[in-house]
Amino acid sequence: MEDSYVYKRVGSVSFAVLSPKLIKKMAAAKVVTPELYDKEGYPVDGGLMDVRLGVIDPGLRCKTCGSRLKECIGHFGYISLARPVIHLSYVNVVLSLLRTTCRDCSRILLPDSKIQQLGGKGVKRSRIKDSIASSKTGNKCPHCKARQYKITVEKPTTFFENERRISPIEIRSRLEKIPDADAEAFGLNVGAVRPEWMVLTVFPIPPVTMRPSITLETGERSEDDLTHKLGDIVRINQRLFENINAGAPEIIVEDLWDLLQYHITTFFDNDVAQLPPARHRSGQPLKTISERIRSKEGRIRHNLVGKRTNFSARTVISPDPMLELNEVGVPEIMALKLTVPERVTEWNMEYLKNFVKNGPKKYPGANYVIRPDGKKKKLTEDIIEATLEEMQPGYVVERHLMDGDKAIFNRQPSLHRMSMMCHNIRVLPYKTLRLNPAVCFPYNADFDGDEMNLHIPQTEESRAEAEHLMLVQTQLISPRYGLSVIGCVQDAISGNYLLTREDFSMPRHAAVDMLSSIGVSELSRLPKRESVSGKEIFSALLPADFDFVGKSRSSAEPEVVIKGGKLVSGVMDKNNLGEGSGLMLRNIHKKYGEAFAVDFLGKLFRLGVSVLIRRGFTTTIADTDLPDEAHDSISKIFADAEVEVQELVSQFNANSLDTFPGRTARETLELKILELLTRARNDTGHVVAKFANRDSHTLIMANSGARGNLLNLAQIAGSVGQQALRGKRIEKGFKNRTLSYFKPNDLGSEAHGFIRSCFKSGLKPAEFFFQAMVGRDSLMDTALRTPKSGYLYRRLSNAMQDLRVEYDGTVRDASGRIIQFAYGEDGVDVSKSEGGTINVSRIISKVK
Amino acid sequence: MKKIDLTTHVLIPKHSKLGDKDKEEMLKRYNVSLKGLPKILVSDAGISHLSARPGDVIEIVRDSPTAGKAFFYRVVVDE
Repeated sequence: MEDSYVYKRVGSVSFAVLSPKLIKKMAAAKVVTPELYDKEGYPVDGGLMDVRLGVIDPGLRCKTCGSRLKECIGHFGYISLARPVIHLSYVNVVLSLLRTTCRDCSRILLPDSKIQQLGGKGVKRSRIKDSIASSKTGNKCPHCKARQYKITVEKPTTFFENERRISPIEIRSRLEKIPDADAEAFGLNVGAVRPEWMVLTVFPIPPVTMRPSITLETGERSEDDLTHKLGDIVRINQRLFENINAGAPEIIVEDLWDLLQYHITTFFDNDVAQLPPARHRSGQPLKTISERIRSKEGRIRHNLVGKRTNFSARTVISPDPMLELNEVGVPEIMALKLTVPERVTEWNMEYLKNFVKNGPKKYPGANYVIRPDGKKKKLTEDIIEATLEEMQPGYVVERHLMDGDKAIFNRQPSLHRMSMMCHNIRVLPYKTLRLNPAVCFPYNADFDGDEMNLHIPQTEESRAEAEHLMLVQTQLISPRYGLSVIGCVQDAISGNYLLTREDFSMPRHAAVDMLSSIGVSELSRLPKRESVSGKEIFSALLPADFDFVGKSRSSAEPEVVIKGGKLVSGVMDKNNLGEGSGLMLRNIHKKYGEAFAVDFLGKLFRLGVSVLIRRGFTTTIADTDLPDEAHDSISKIFADAEVEVQELVSQFNANSLDTFPGRTARETLELKILELLTRARNDTGHVVAKFANRDSHTLIMANSGARGNLLNLAQIAGSVGQQALRGKRIEKGFKNRTLSYFKPNDLGSEAHGFIRSCFKSGLKPAEFFFQAMVGRDSLMDTALRTPKSGYLYRRLSNAMQDLRVEYDGTVRDASGRIIQFAYGEDGVDVSKSEGGTINVSRIISKVK
Repeated sequence: MKKIDLTTHVLIPKHSKLGDKDKEEMLKRYNVSLKGLPKILVSDAGISHLSARPGDVIEIVRDSPTAGKAFFYRVVVDE
């Protein structure tokens, strides 16, 4: 079955070095002149654009193969170099060959017995080198007893023996003399690679098809960078040849020879560290062979690995909590361009004709019709009538995107599989892609201008695959830590927190109104009383047989108990609602399935938001206002801390400070002060938390875990605290002091970046300066770290991409080698576990 | 200097050499040849007391927080 698709199978791939003979054999023309075109604009025979090297002009036929443009893949030419030249890529090989072979007889500098002992064939060059270095023969060839000299290379391509330059001619003659048997000892397959081929005597001219010239509007021709480079090579080669024939002085010949070496080197790689890059007249460096291949814009990453795709869209995203989690809002303009092919049958003929009737401009219409013979027709106003007439089963209509179609939604960087999920489409007005804010977390998206991509699967198979493997609900449980990656965020957490607190209640009719507005229609479980409590409203979402015990963040009601689908006690906060925390969502997913879980999450989210809509929610600086009493106790904390710091400093000055083991007195002082001041700031945090109004919205957000924490509150109302650069108090600045505002050698807290003020009261100038220092440092730090860690991740994921868990539980690479004997040491599929472990006691109680 | 017995160190898991029969059984169990196994150098300090030769299989038993004991196998190599 598989064989029927195989057109030609690759039997083997072998790598070799081109021999001069092969270069000549595969050449269609010998290039003798750097000229390109004659006066009539026709390519010169024996020039770089010789017609025998391929066609790049429409209408012409190739002189070599007779085929036309695009049919002819081009043909190599060659030039004979007047003097041999080292090939840049083989400098290291040539160097180690020269070092390990005799300068006289070209044998390996080891006795035959020793070569045999090393393996005789295919030995690593470094091992031969080590072996020579450790052998006792010193610098005498064991075969011909000739004395050996030290060979060095001056990058990129100049070789020296005992400070005397050795020419490529000499190098080549030495390499030539290496016997086949010795070359094979190095692991060179002599049939494919003779060492002397690494020194070029003839040079292949690539076909014109890989360096096409372009014609500008002015009629002028602009040549490819490679052609320019080849022109240089041919020109210099010719001059060198003429000079040698004319018997020019050796210096001139050598200069030209070096120049030829330079041009050939930069032809291969124009980015060699020691060479100035060859440039255009405009000063911009030429793009030669290696620049074409390597790096992100090179052939491999840009053209081979980086494919582009049709049926995709990209634009700015914005939130819409009224969408389901597994939906994506698609702007109508996009829906008019993106299409889904649908095959016409007897049964859907009328249905599909409606799309064709609407045409490409009216939604929902169709853009293309494909006839059974495969001909694709673009629908335009004038052919709609005719198309409707001829439509019959077997035709395919490419209709506009509609509600319920599947799409793959993606945000870069696609770091894990949840970065690409399948969503159901909802066609909406306006111009942004919309998603439920709860799925921001797996995509790591926010709405400060983020853009996302949308891909529309085009076949039944791909749609089915996307739906079953990639739909949002199939991705709910993270394969990294085994908990829900999707949970409530921001307002949804504050809302549910407020709702489930002890004091919340509302009239039943208002509760019914709210519940039905979020899509809950099953209200029988809402108690039939005038007034219902928040916990009862929340319970209306839960399944009737759900039991759960968990912990909340609150210290007043630390235990969350759900019994028989009723929230008996506890508040819902980030611990149970948030992504990646708590087992409530995990248990619901496990017990009621993914479809229920995703629906439940959507309702939960909307419930939280609607509570806030009905109740009102805001935040203000006044939320963090403290009574005088609190200010007094904060002042006292810092006064005490200041006294203690002074105490430490005077102890230090008096040399009576107890030093920590392995630290100097100064380091100990720093550590103690840092610890002291951190503690003082934390203490203010507790004071703020104690005195601040628990019902103020800022505190509700902090307590529920929706946004902000105690530290933020302490910084706003209490004290900003110690600013640290590289884990230490600030020490930079002037000699013996941080700012000229302080006395020299002041070791006090203030002089080293402790900010006593809070954001609300404002910072003193020196404090502000310290804060700016640390702020800038952390900004730089993030800016520099992001690309670094991104590249690190790329290397890791590329190295591990073909590892997989086999059916026997082992982790193996592509060639079947074992990496781990049981996945993750314990063989647990984390995405089927609860937080990475298997709940054995529950399984037992279930089996009973 | 005092010589330290590495095998008694807490951070070094237990290494032991598999007998011929155990080795065959293990290779069969994992359906793998010696080439497909992770490697360990003969000169590795952790197996110096086992007098292992290239081609032997070393069983390493590690403590694992989730699995209790985790088994790992490595083939001894020369280079």
